[in-house]
Amino acid sequence: MSTASPATAGTRHEGGPGGSAPRKGEPDVLTLRQRLGRWDVKVSPYLYISPFFLLFLVVGLGPLAFTAYVSVHEWDLLSGKGEFTGLENYRDVLGDRYFWKALQNTISIFLLSSAPQVVLALCIAALLDANLRGKTWWRMGVLIPFVVAPVAAALIFGNLFGDRYGLINEGLRAIGLEPIRWHVDRLASHVAIATMVNWRWTGYNALIFLAAMQAIPRDVYEAAAIDGAGKIRQFFSVTLPMLRPTVIFVVVTSTIGGLQIFAEPRMFDAAGLGGADRQYQTITMYLWELGWRVRNLGTASAVAWLLFGLIVLVALVNLLLIRRLGREGGGAR
Amino acid sequence: MSGTLTGPALAAGDATRPDGETRRRRRSGAGGVNRRPGFLVYGLLLAVILGSAFPLYWSFLIGSYDATVVNKELPPIWPGGHFFENAARVFDAVPFWVALGNSMVISTVVACSVTFFSTLAGYAFAKLRFRGRTGAMVFIVATMAVPVQLGVIPLFIVMSRLGLTDSVWSVILPGLVNAFGVFFMRQYLVDAIPDELIEAARVDGCSMIRIFWHVALPAARPAAAILWLFTFMATWTDFFWPLIVLPADKPTVQLALQQLQSGYYVDYSLVLAGVTLASLPLLLLFILAGRQLVSGIMQGAVKG
Repeated sequence: MSTASPATAGTRHEGGPGGSAPRKGEPDVLTLRQRLGRWDVKVSPYLYISPFFLLFLVVGLGPLAFTAYVSVHEWDLLSGKGEFTGLENYRDVLGDRYFWKALQNTISIFLLSSAPQVVLALCIAALLDANLRGKTWWRMGVLIPFVVAPVAAALIFGNLFGDRYGLINEGLRAIGLEPIRWHVDRLASHVAIATMVNWRWTGYNALIFLAAMQAIPRDVYEAAAIDGAGKIRQFFSVTLPMLRPTVIFVVVTSTIGGLQIFAEPRMFDAAGLGGADRQYQTITMYLWELGWRVRNLGTASAVAWLLFGLIVLVALVNLLLIRRLGREGGGAR
Repeated sequence: MSGTLTGPALAAGDATRPDGETRRRRRSGAGGVNRRPGFLVYGLLLAVILGSAFPLYWSFLIGSYDATVVNKELPPIWPGGHFFENAARVFDAVPFWVALGNSMVISTVVACSVTFFSTLAGYAFAKLRFRGRTGAMVFIVATMAVPVQLGVIPLFIVMSRLGLTDSVWSVILPGLVNAFGVFFMRQYLVDAIPDELIEAARVDGCSMIRIFWHVALPAARPAAAILWLFTFMATWTDFFWPLIVLPADKPTVQLALQQLQSGYYVDYSLVLAGVTLASLPLLLLFILAGRQLVSGIMQGAVKG
């Protein structure tokens, strides 16, 4: 790029005062063409971003505010708006034990899917970071699950984790263990659902980690090797510390998605309500049940805002953790 | 490559060494950083990939057996001969052709729209100076954290008022733009177009829209292709919003799958034959554009 700038500087001189470059000293009389050019420069940026903002206002921001409005009214799915009820809907939701159950389930599934996923993805990335023959093929290989839709994944795993004739229970029986009631036990169902999420996203995250690993300068490794660090030691003392920002990025983005999880638990069984005792109903499923089964859009809107609050809260906690980790890391150095 | 390698190997008098050994020695730097990995690494990776592919194979396997078999016991590990029969039952049980058409139309329109508007806005944010640029960009990044659930209720109310709840437009309209796309294109275009190029085009009397068309668009093409792919896939696999607005007789592919698994008795040979069929379009896309997907994920990571 450094070679390009003298050339452009040259063109600018040739253009001289007659050119329409707006930053030059202003000539006294502007031709119509120059005026138009200037107007063009000023207005164009707004013109380019306005389609996005206009559409976003209609389908993104507007509904957001409208949800708050719905949440303080009685609002039936079919008959529409009723009386203003203040915070009644919020009180109803917060007083419902299934809301708290859904909240616990969501967090439990999220934890079960995020931590193992990050660890596994790091291991796979380390394998992919070796000087492999046919790199691209291996990278594509780990990405296969990503092209399977969550609904499809849930149906496949719903079968694999079948309570009676599932492959996993057959496997357990074969090695002499008791079969697990994956669709009945609360924690077992969370593990099964987290497995679907892990299956679909681990390879994807491994590629993100791989990209970050390849950005680490190779001479750092050479220095470590000269100091006598083996492959394993290099991974823990060089690779991991340098990957910290990427790990944080992955965790933060998976938080936003993880707290909204819907398709996997919804399709884990045929009824789609999260089990007989709602043992794997998540917040979004709870919202759906309130809105489209109970047909109460008012309370469903309250749940939507509470979910938003939860995500903001978790984001803030994340931020604090990152700050603290950053400070500790700084101290260690 | 082997030609260049044998030369020095012979010169060093190492002709008896296997070729891999010489290559390893030549490539390795001070600490053997670039050494070719051993069988263990390949073996582990192969295991990972087999694990990744297994559930898909399982779906095809179950989908290829008679319902009377799979609902009683585990099938053998090789496919049976009933896949096409089960696939035909899928088309009888749910409006699968309609679903494929709907998913195709929705995903294509949404992907094209998101890509176009994101490139346009992303270019303005990356390369043009205007008042309020920083503020607007921060705003866009902040909205990426807002969950879709926050908007679905009013969107549903509006869509049913407009009478759109039985058409694909109810799914297309809310998807036309998204904040992530703008962010993604901006990140790419900041480095992809040299400022001097825009400057030069302007000095030559190029109008802004022509600069966008002739300078920005060609430069944006690689990132735009990736954004298109990811948006297409995300729209194709989306479930929550279509489930809310679309009626049973006009489903998307995901909704058709949901219909296959309903009622008290789940016929897994039917359901998983459907899953296999429904996974084919994206698998095809993966075969054609898997390379781009891989590089897209890896680029996004470095920039993000």
